[in-house]
Amino acid sequence: MSRADVLVSADWAEENLNTPGVVLVEVDEDTSAYDGGHIAGAVKLDWKTDLQDQVRRDFVNKEQFEALLSQKGIGNDDTVVLYGGNNNWFAAYAYWYFKLYGHDKVKLLDGGRKKWELDGRELSKDTVTRDKTSYTAKDQDVSIRAFRDEVVAAIGKQNLVDVRSPDEFSGKLLAPAHLPQEQSQRGGHIPTALNVPWSKAANEDGTFKSDEALAKLYAEAGLDGEKETIAYSRIGERSSHTWFALHELLGYPKVKNYDGSWTEYGSLVGVPIEKDV
Amino acid sequence: MTSMCGAPEQTPTIPAGIDIEKETVIYGVVSQGDAPVPGAYVRLLDQGGEFTAEVVTSATGDFRFFAAPGTWTLSVLHKDGKVRQEITAEKPGLLRVPLKLT
Repeated sequence: MSRADVLVSADWAEENLNTPGVVLVEVDEDTSAYDGGHIAGAVKLDWKTDLQDQVRRDFVNKEQFEALLSQKGIGNDDTVVLYGGNNNWFAAYAYWYFKLYGHDKVKLLDGGRKKWELDGRELSKDTVTRDKTSYTAKDQDVSIRAFRDEVVAAIGKQNLVDVRSPDEFSGKLLAPAHLPQEQSQRGGHIPTALNVPWSKAANEDGTFKSDEALAKLYAEAGLDGEKETIAYSRIGERSSHTWFALHELLGYPKVKNYDGSWTEYGSLVGVPIEKDV
Repeated sequence: MTSMCGAPEQTPTIPAGIDIEKETVIYGVVSQGDAPVPGAYVRLLDQGGEFTAEVVTSATGDFRFFAAPGTWTLSVLHKDGKVRQEITAEKPGLLRVPLKLT
C-alpha cells in the first residue's frame, strides 16, 4: 500500500472525470453542498440517511449497503473516488465504510471539496444519473472497527488516539464549535488516550501532510507502533480521517476506528473518564 | 455591538431549542469590498492556534460558531483572498465579528 494507491490529486480527478470505471462520490454532512454544485458526474451519498440505519443505532447492513450502491450505479469493479466538505471528514468515513464492506478499489480525493474550490475548479449543478448495478458486498471486516468493550479493554494497554480538538479532549467543549454544545453526555476523554487532533494530519487546504510529517507527528505524540491502535472522535468521522492516515498512508497494520466514539463512550454507565477542566 | 452606516443589526440564525444565554456564539459576515463572500472557509482556532472548527460561509457570507468564553482566532481562506483575526469572548452570548478579505 502506498499513497498513490489510496489518494488521488485534484489534477488526477479532473483528468479522469469521464474515465469508464471511475466513479466520483461526494459525501457530506451538509448534503445541500452537493446540490449547490458538485464535481461533474459525481453521485451523492448522505452519511446519515444512506449509511446509517434509520431505526437501530448502527450502520446499514450488508443487504442495505448492496441495495444502496446498486441504486447509485456503483459496481464491484468500479474505482470509487470519495470527496466531501469538512476537510474530507465524511469522505474518509465513507472510505473506511467502503473498506468495512470489502470494496477494495476506493480512493480519497486529497483535499476534498475545499482544495477543489480553493483551486477555483469547476462545479456542476447537472443531475447525475447512472445505470443501476447489482452490487455484492462482503461481510463487515471488523478488524478495522472497534466496539465499546474493546475500547474499555484497551485502556492502559493499547494505543487510544483521541483525535478531537484539545478543548473537546479536556472536556471544555462537547462538540466541534460549529455545532450546538448542549448534549446529554459527559465531557472528557478515555483514560490513557493520546490527544492528536485530526487537523494535525492535514494542511490548511485540507490535503494530507507528507508521510514523513505524519510519521513524526504520531511518533512524537507517543504512539507505540508495536501495539494495536484504536482511534476515536465524537461520532467517528474525524477518527476515520486519522484511521486513514495511520492505516492507509503510514501502513500501521492494526488500526481500528471506534465509530461509537465519544457520543457512545461519554454516555456509558460505569466507565472511567478523565476530565481536565 | 455597533451597526454600520445605519444598517439594521444582523443577528445569527440559531437552531430551535438552543439557549443563547448559555452558548457563546461567534458569528458574522465575510466580505470583500462591500460584497458578502459566499463559500469562504472560516476556521476557528483556539488560544494555542489549534484547529477547533471550520464552516463555509452561506450565500449571504454568514458564518457562525458555538464556542466558549476565551481567546480565539478566526482564519479565512477563499480563492480570492484571506484574512486572520484574533478575538476574545468575555462571557456567553452573541459576539459579532465582521471579516474583510484582503
